[in-house]
Amino acid sequence: MDLSIAVQLVLNSILAGGIYALIALGYTMVYGVLKFINFAHGEIFMIGAYTAYAASVALPMQVAVPFSWFMSILVVLFLAYHIPFDSFFKKRVWYQYLIIAGILLVVAKSISYFFLYLLVHALPLWISALISIIVCAILGFVIEKVGYKKLRGKDRLTPLITAIGFSIILQALALLMFGGEIRSFEYKTQESYEVFGASITPHQLLIILTSIIIMILLHLFLKYTKYGKAMRAVTDNMDVAKIIGINPDKVISLVFMIGSGLAAVAGILIGIEQNLHPTMGIVPGIKAFTAAVIGGIGNIYGAVLGGYFIGFAENIGIWFIPSGYKDAIAFVILLLMLLLKPSGFFGQQKEEEVRA
Amino acid sequence: MITDYFLSIAIMICMYSILAVSLNMILGFTGLLNLGHAAFFALGAYTSALLSLAGFSFWISMISGGCVAALFGLVIGGSSLRLRGDYLAIATLGFGEIVRILLKNGGDLTRGALGLVGIPRPSFFGIVIKTQLQYFVLYLIIAVLCIFLLWCIAQSPFGRVLRGIREDELAVSSLGKNVFQYKVIAVSLGACFAGIAGSLFAHYITYIEPNSFGFMESIIIVCMVVLGGLGSIAGSVLGAVLLIIFPELFKMVVQEWLPVSIEMQAGIKFLLYGVILVVLMLYKREGLLGEKRRGNHDLAS
Repeated sequence: MDLSIAVQLVLNSILAGGIYALIALGYTMVYGVLKFINFAHGEIFMIGAYTAYAASVALPMQVAVPFSWFMSILVVLFLAYHIPFDSFFKKRVWYQYLIIAGILLVVAKSISYFFLYLLVHALPLWISALISIIVCAILGFVIEKVGYKKLRGKDRLTPLITAIGFSIILQALALLMFGGEIRSFEYKTQESYEVFGASITPHQLLIILTSIIIMILLHLFLKYTKYGKAMRAVTDNMDVAKIIGINPDKVISLVFMIGSGLAAVAGILIGIEQNLHPTMGIVPGIKAFTAAVIGGIGNIYGAVLGGYFIGFAENIGIWFIPSGYKDAIAFVILLLMLLLKPSGFFGQQKEEEVRA
Repeated sequence: MITDYFLSIAIMICMYSILAVSLNMILGFTGLLNLGHAAFFALGAYTSALLSLAGFSFWISMISGGCVAALFGLVIGGSSLRLRGDYLAIATLGFGEIVRILLKNGGDLTRGALGLVGIPRPSFFGIVIKTQLQYFVLYLIIAVLCIFLLWCIAQSPFGRVLRGIREDELAVSSLGKNVFQYKVIAVSLGACFAGIAGSLFAHYITYIEPNSFGFMESIIIVCMVVLGGLGSIAGSVLGAVLLIIFPELFKMVVQEWLPVSIEMQAGIKFLLYGVILVVLMLYKREGLLGEKRRGNHDLAS
């Protein structure tokens, strides 16, 4: 192959790899803290793409109304977890739940008008991206509180099945709200730059740069801030972290919010380039999981390298084999990794943790 | 014909009961989460469809469908069963997707996304099964036979060892049982019956394509088993009955007042499946008919 094709393949690989790396970070961070595979992560990526899409185009009313309800209910649930409702009542009475539900519903109704206003107008991309990141962070938080929190410390299959349940729920909700048809951000095709004979559009450049910048920001956050250090401490050893006064509940919530926010970024970036579909989360989700496994699941820097590795393997692989097998490449890598070296290339984790 | 409609639902229930009970062998009794069960289903369907198209009889193609699926189960089990619970789930998911992609790119043999058409209807002793009623009777007999066989296996000492593996792998291996071997046999047994169900599916629909055996299909089967109760054969059948009937009931009842598009129906169906999985895992892990677990035993480690 000549130089221009090689450069094109490398560019495509970096493009895809950055997105896989962003999703893989969420998997690996959650695994590091809770030791469980958050299967619903791919669907949070999908919701991120849809939210950014919904905010950046002027949605018709019959789509905007249910989606504004979805967003407002998420926000209300998020707020509800921060309000100590029990302290409002002198003693526990049965109708307090009715009162709380009523108040929440009224609040949700009013917030939904605000979201409706946002959705029916076409907003610039950066504001829609911000909305999408916030909504996904809240979604991650709510899923953790509603579902996974109760299952902490139980066996490994129960949280996994729960996560599969959540992923189907999110897919079904996307299907119900947006319908099964393929949607896209409706950008005009852009003129592309020439780099050594390979072409790259400004959007693709944006994707590559954003993914790298976000990862650098995450690195700085983990390395230098108080919360980042707490997060690393809990990942390292939760019991010791508790002893020195770190609240693991807070850190776990934070991990879910950051992981989901990163997935949202990946969703937005992919949404700029490709079409949206309710099932778009499954395959990238599994590929990103593969990336996390390659990097040694639980290892944040490994996940980034794994993401780029998958990107390269896939894009260079289809140069040699029929493109129909593109998705199979990642699955084969996943199986080979799991069967031969399940601790990954950079894992500090021991083999026994993975083997039965 | 309204009776034909009900009979077609009953036939689907027969096939899915076999699938659910066969997955229960793997997930419920042995405690191994298999997210690629639809791959066994697909292999059975494709094998028997190809053999039937080549002129073999219904029985031969059905049995060989089961055998090919079992063989494949042996390969999957042998290679991945040393992995721990959640990694095993992801590995089986990967296997399932690879099978689907291979079928999709199978060239002239599987005819790719076009699928196989014109699969002959089952016939034996000169009788060709044509009407829904004949199908129902035949499939009911096969389903009852398969489920009875699996029930016998579950009650046998072999089944007890499997349940022991689910409860405490270490204890079973300390009794001198080869845990790995038992697991592999359990998976390939489940795969075999899933293959038979696939063969029934192919001969009933007479048209198969790779996308009808996707990840979602595996999840639906998992959902049936979880709803009915892990380790309960009657529960799996109940789960299959409920999860097949509900969407149909929904279609009939709601369609009267609200015109809902097919897409919406699918969405509501999947929403229901997801909610069932989450609610059962959070509040009632033993499912509808599962055995109540004493103490704080884990599902599988």
